[in-house]
Amino acid sequence: MNAACAPPSGVDYRVKLGEEFEQNLSSRNRSASIWQLIFLAATIVCVVALLTLLIKIVNDAFGTVAYQNEIDPETLLRSVGASADTTLADLPKEALAEIFQANVSAGLFRRYNTEKPFEERTQEEVLALVNERVVQPKIVKTWGLFESLLNRGAIEAQTAAIPNATLEFRSWVSAEFLANPQSPEPETAGARTAIRGSLLAILVTFLVSFPIGVGAAIYLEEYAADNRLNRLIQANVNNLAGVPSIIYGMLGLAIFVRLLEPVTSGVAFGAVGGGETSQNGRTILSAALTLSLLVLPLIIINAQEAIRAVPRSLRQASFGLGATRWQTVWNHVLPYAIPGILTGTILAISRAVGETAPLIVIGASTFITVDPSGPFSKFTTLPIQIYQWTSRPQDEFRNLAAAAILVLLVLLLTLNAAAIIMRNRFSQRRVS
Amino acid sequence: MSATGIVAHLRERAATREAEAMETAYDGAYAIEARNMSVYYGAFRAVREVDLHIHPRKITALIGPSGCGKSTVLRAFNRMNDLIPSARVQGDVLFHGRNLYAPEVDPVEVRRRIGMVFQKPNPFPKSIYDNVLWGARINGYTGNAAELVERSLRAAALWDEVKDKLKQSGLSLSGGQQQRLCIARAIATRPEIILMDEPCSSLDPIATLKIEDLMRELVEDYTIIIVTHNMQQAARVSDYTAFFNMDEDRAGHLVEYDVTKTIFTTPKEQRTEDYVTGRFG
Repeated sequence: MNAACAPPSGVDYRVKLGEEFEQNLSSRNRSASIWQLIFLAATIVCVVALLTLLIKIVNDAFGTVAYQNEIDPETLLRSVGASADTTLADLPKEALAEIFQANVSAGLFRRYNTEKPFEERTQEEVLALVNERVVQPKIVKTWGLFESLLNRGAIEAQTAAIPNATLEFRSWVSAEFLANPQSPEPETAGARTAIRGSLLAILVTFLVSFPIGVGAAIYLEEYAADNRLNRLIQANVNNLAGVPSIIYGMLGLAIFVRLLEPVTSGVAFGAVGGGETSQNGRTILSAALTLSLLVLPLIIINAQEAIRAVPRSLRQASFGLGATRWQTVWNHVLPYAIPGILTGTILAISRAVGETAPLIVIGASTFITVDPSGPFSKFTTLPIQIYQWTSRPQDEFRNLAAAAILVLLVLLLTLNAAAIIMRNRFSQRRVS
Repeated sequence: MSATGIVAHLRERAATREAEAMETAYDGAYAIEARNMSVYYGAFRAVREVDLHIHPRKITALIGPSGCGKSTVLRAFNRMNDLIPSARVQGDVLFHGRNLYAPEVDPVEVRRRIGMVFQKPNPFPKSIYDNVLWGARINGYTGNAAELVERSLRAAALWDEVKDKLKQSGLSLSGGQQQRLCIARAIATRPEIILMDEPCSSLDPIATLKIEDLMRELVEDYTIIIVTHNMQQAARVSDYTAFFNMDEDRAGHLVEYDVTKTIFTTPKEQRTEDYVTGRFG
């Protein structure tokens, strides 16, 4: 240390604070640590609640299942004279076709044969047919993940009581689950229709709500004068963000499904009522428009926040050079605000992804096996599918619901991650 | 007199006044002139009845204590006050014999011809090259871009420092360089007048000196009006100085306007002398 800056020696700079201060200090520190504990407890409650939810879903989405076959594969193997240590999959196509013909009614066989002659079918196709129509594995009992792992003995004991039952570990989330359409059989039911419905609905929702929402935000922030009318509009936008979603459902039902039926059903655009189009207003388009109404206030508010965060100096610089208001907005305000706008939009859209109530009100199909093909298709979405599956009495559908919840969570996390990545990418470019 | 008669009379009087202003205002002597100009923010009168004529190709400094309305006066010269919703200007600001606040005048055109440099350097978050070029481009410049950028940066005494990194962000420069970039950006639109609102207040003394040197060079071609809190700066760079002060009702007004040397040595008003000698403000 520089000698000139050192304190002169022999001087005591410590201040005597007194007993009163000391006592007061310890009581202040005590209340500080109590509050800290309270906040910690609040955090722990949240984490525990979330973990419980996640554990419950994972427990349901994976686990042991007991199958029971209508006809045992061994019987079938014996019937064609194959040895007992082979499986059906090892058999040639002709043998499988023979098994099929022998075990189903003549009418059914004829139907399949006219649909596509068995000579033209591959071995895998025939094998699948045999499994589906002859062996007919049925899930008779399911167990959760933790029980499967920890209590294997009890499961085996219970299975022994069921004739012809085989145990198998099954992940309810699987490639087939994502690829199969909805089905009344839990063994083959999948979420493809619901996933496609959800994706198509949010795509249309985004296309409708993003331009309108950002446009309104730009108007309110950059153009609207500070008068009574605009303050009223602003207050309404803020309040609409808090309106319960089912009310938007009622609105959607009245306006899009009923009033604008020619438009939302696609009849006005010459869409023909085939398999997947519904010929009434209960279409993806109606759902997307209703969800757009729901997220518009959120998008407007988020976009306004983002636009308001643009430094005034940037606007002044632009105006000072003789830019018009639109040139300023387009060249400076929007590029600066776009990460915030996009983040806000994605978060608002991810709220729409999880919405169930308004879609039930406007009449989403709860059971549908055809994929939506466009905005005028009838549809279902993931939350609706989950709702429908959880309300079924059989245990297996609860497992399917858990699997669908995992898919929905992954979809939401993907959207949110996209929002974060986008924000970071854009803000890096901005910082000096 | 009937109502229509009064209206006709008022119209006629306004027309006569307009015509008189057109004839007498611009005789080539002044770059811009405020006549009986008051500025209001809502009901609050921020600046009261200012008469100020700015000499072309000179540096005019506006000085005065905080809140005396000198920045408001400066911004009234290129209608930047329009951006504040409650702001309102009364009286005339004559530029080439035209009132800038006449209804047919487009503020966009005014701001192109009367450029502005702000208190805090505010380059766009774009490359140095685009920073200079953007203002000219939006105003319809279609000539040689590279040449315009080089000429503007040279005029702002920044070319040698940035010629190898024109593609870098304008925000990567130091504060003083950023401010000179803002000056280059203003020059690129070829304004007649450059307004500077405390351009050095966020800069260190060396960067400040560079900007002051630059102003002395620029004044060969441009009229410069600068608002400054720094009286040494006003004394060093300006040719004319206007001293503003405020009343008891907080409305700013022009106290004295003269050649800089006179203001700082033999001012006519006692308040000016008190201020420039550091007795208040």
